[in-house]
Amino acid sequence: MGSNHEVHIEVNGELRTCTTEARTSLADFLRDQLGLTGTHLGCEHGVCGACTVLLNGTPIRSCIMLAAQADGQSVTTIEGLSGPDGELNGVQEAFCKTHALQCGFCTPGMVLAVQALVDNVPEPTQQDIDDAIGGNICRCTGYVQIREAIELVLGDVAKVRTSDDATVGAR
Amino acid sequence: MTKKVEPVAVAKDKTLHRYLSKPARVREDRRFVTGNGRFVADLTPSGTMHIGLVTSPYPHARIVAINVEQALKLPGVVAVLTGAELAKATEPLRQYIDVPEVQWRPLAVESTRYAGEWVAAVVADSRALAEDGAELVVVDYEPLPFVMDPERAAQDDAPLVHPSHGTNVMVKREFVWGDVAANRARAHATTKVRTRWNRNSTVPLETFGVVADWDQHRSVLDIWASIQMPQFPEQIAGALRIPTNQVRVHFDVDVGGSYGVKRGIKHGVLAGFLARQLGVPIKLIEDRSENMHGGDFHGPDRIFEVELAYTADGEFTNIRIDVLDDEGAYPGRSPLQLAKPIGAIVGPYRIPSAEYNAIAVTTNKTGQVAVRGFGQSPTNYAIEAAVDAVARELGMDRMELRRKNFIQPDEFPYKIPSGTEYDSGDYPGVLDKAIEIANLPELLRECETIRAEGRLAGIGVATCLEPGGGNAIFENIMDPSTDKSTFPESCRIRVDGGGAVTAIVSISSAGQAHETMVATLVGEELGIDPDRVAVVRADSLSGFPSQSPVGSRMAIVLGRALHGAASELKSKMCAIGARALDLTPDEVAYCDGSVASVKDPSVSIGWDDLVGIAHRKQHLMPPGMQPGLEVMHVAHTPKSGTLTAPDGTVQLYPCFSFEVHVVLADIDPSTGKVDLKRYFIAHDCGTVINPDVVRGMVYGGTAHGIGVALYEQFAFNDDGQPLTQSFMDYLLPSAHEVPVIVDAEHCTPSPYTTHGQKGVGEAGYMGAPAAIAGAVNDALTACGAEPIHSLPIKPSDIWRALNARTPNQEGSS
Ligand code: FES
Ligand code: FES
Repeated sequence: MGSNHEVHIEVNGELRTCTTEARTSLADFLRDQLGLTGTHLGCEHGVCGACTVLLNGTPIRSCIMLAAQADGQSVTTIEGLSGPDGELNGVQEAFCKTHALQCGFCTPGMVLAVQALVDNVPEPTQQDIDDAIGGNICRCTGYVQIREAIELVLGDVAKVRTSDDATVGAR
Repeated sequence: MTKKVEPVAVAKDKTLHRYLSKPARVREDRRFVTGNGRFVADLTPSGTMHIGLVTSPYPHARIVAINVEQALKLPGVVAVLTGAELAKATEPLRQYIDVPEVQWRPLAVESTRYAGEWVAAVVADSRALAEDGAELVVVDYEPLPFVMDPERAAQDDAPLVHPSHGTNVMVKREFVWGDVAANRARAHATTKVRTRWNRNSTVPLETFGVVADWDQHRSVLDIWASIQMPQFPEQIAGALRIPTNQVRVHFDVDVGGSYGVKRGIKHGVLAGFLARQLGVPIKLIEDRSENMHGGDFHGPDRIFEVELAYTADGEFTNIRIDVLDDEGAYPGRSPLQLAKPIGAIVGPYRIPSAEYNAIAVTTNKTGQVAVRGFGQSPTNYAIEAAVDAVARELGMDRMELRRKNFIQPDEFPYKIPSGTEYDSGDYPGVLDKAIEIANLPELLRECETIRAEGRLAGIGVATCLEPGGGNAIFENIMDPSTDKSTFPESCRIRVDGGGAVTAIVSISSAGQAHETMVATLVGEELGIDPDRVAVVRADSLSGFPSQSPVGSRMAIVLGRALHGAASELKSKMCAIGARALDLTPDEVAYCDGSVASVKDPSVSIGWDDLVGIAHRKQHLMPPGMQPGLEVMHVAHTPKSGTLTAPDGTVQLYPCFSFEVHVVLADIDPSTGKVDLKRYFIAHDCGTVINPDVVRGMVYGGTAHGIGVALYEQFAFNDDGQPLTQSFMDYLLPSAHEVPVIVDAEHCTPSPYTTHGQKGVGEAGYMGAPAAIAGAVNDALTACGAEPIHSLPIKPSDIWRALNARTPNQEGSS
């Protein structure tokens, strides 16, 4: 179907050169062609966030971006977060400590969304946190333990509280 | 009321547990945070072909012709299967009530009965090509009259969904329990509330998927599926007309959420049939719209009328519940969801008599399936709405009215009028805990402050039960010709020749952390560190009887099986140890991996020696003993084994968890938008196994209930077309909508389980819809508007309720 394109994408720090159909989404490319099945598909229409990956460090929805559009760019998937021997990074460790998941289907996207917050926002406010995970749907957890994981990884609960609101997350 | 308690030793003192109820990591989490879950979509055996589906655009239509020519010409497409072809070679899917003319099949035959129903399947090299092929299949339809409204469907002259059945009424059951006339006569008044629980579902983030592969030389159909379904292998075999020992369902597949719905029989039959037909692995992964409309995964869709009779001082004397449930086009297992609430038909209240009239009808909507709680949450909502209405009538505080009617802690076990015995509970204690964590006086002040600022505010309260330990007796209730009375669960515990412990189960899990649960329970039973216990999943051929994790039953029923297996293992070790110590088996006891003399514990034999004898030293084994340390145990559900009595009384589930929700809603009067400012739950599921798992269930079920109360509905237009086709219009709550939920756990152990544990898989969801509706209605009635009794409560509903006020009423706000 349609034209084929050769793409050069840096995936989890490794340069990958592949041929892909023009219509193939980045998510399908990662899953089917590179075998990186940690990127999940929940809706395939850009709403749920399960397919979140980092494109040059910014969270994007890989189901509504074509693989060809990622040519020449850098992609981080969930597989790229842990260490070479499977060591958990800080965000992953915090998710385990607070049991911030149940079925694990939203988890890779959620972990990457939180990773981007940690990497890109120096002193996140409650609003920043809501915005960081607000586009990732989790049907299992009610987000409470995800918020706890975020607090844990940010290290200082006080920092994420807005002064006028004592209950974290209440709006 | 019987006072006899089946004796199971229960450690009332939580400190007696070494591993249960203690903070501990959830072993499953690691694989998921690293992206190493193994979901069915991740499995693609070599040579796999993919299914694309052709779906009906009409709610009801005769299939005149299907032209597959263009589709077959598309390079990459290998086959197109129609319903007529599939029907010739397979049996219809199972119905659980006696309706032989209502035939449910993976692909529609002769006519389609809802928009989105599968009509044909295209098989191709890739999913994308299969979808391209599906677009090229041309179906000629002749539209037929259809019916979307359940009340209309119940009328004699309604268009028929299954004409040869002669009516849209699938089942109608009427029950009267207790002395209704006398209890009604004792009442000072009655309050009637009509409530509407609109169609929604659990909508897991992972859609349903299945991979099927037929090995013709071994005669085995291998199936990997994202299931949570009792008797899945048997039903696949039955529909495909092959022996049950030729279907091997693999349970070591991670399921991306289910909460009841991931049944997927029709998906499994379709993929299994094509795998056998084409001799290649077949993969079917629903897309989101197929999942929302073609999968037959919708939930209850109900109209209730609850009439509560009460005395002048607020004592409930009788309850009548009439319910009409819209099953969609194919009832399947869904009518049974009307039966389960019989086991908690009076909620946590001491109501001496009850009437229950349940009707299930078909309409031209997607088929209904089991949803979290199996009909209990809608029923809880209807009961709680009536309780709130009585409070309004009497001008009584809603919490005090509930407290007055609670079954008291010293009344357990308590038999309710429908014949089910509640195991244990401390309803006033849990309510007190909720009041305490909510800091009620402060919450009331906050509510007043919001009102004073010109917005609407209300507090909601719900006190609801979660029956746990699911059995299948509802099949017998709804269809007395079905006499199934057990619903067993099993496991194997193995101590291998190296002394390591492995627990083997044959279920799949969808986020319930069963591996952690099993390891913790085995550790507790054997007195060894749970981290030393491996947990693996046998497939359906090498495994044991299991009914899958439905009905909040694994902690209870699998817990019982684990206890049975561990006990047998310990007695075997005791027999070996006694012989080695030159004692009789009753002179020794097992403790933390050793066997020691009861009289003199310093005389003992340790784990390695016991294992060595069992595996390698026949000369030291007690005569006649089987070598090895391998025990399998199959357990019935506690308190099962009886059928429905002729008077309609029945013991449903054995254990009853309880939850109290207190929620503060802040409503913008100009937009009708509801903001849940504070959310508190006090929850009692007996002995907790893993605290983080339990609170996670409570939070998650509550968030799901928030969706039901305020956002989620499968809506249809007058033409029978679904209006909710994607996550843009079917709204799952995000972190923006779900407030921080504060949970406090209370522990009233169950006398019927091995460690006092009860069910928790449906927690939060049992009471959240009722509590949120209560909060909104408190806000509305406080400003003179009428309460809303239909879920979800949309901003437009609130706006309408506010604008329907007379000027006089508005003045009271
Ligand atoms: S799968 Fe990409 S946003 Fe849902
Ligand atoms: S953990 Fe299941 S969807 Fe988030």
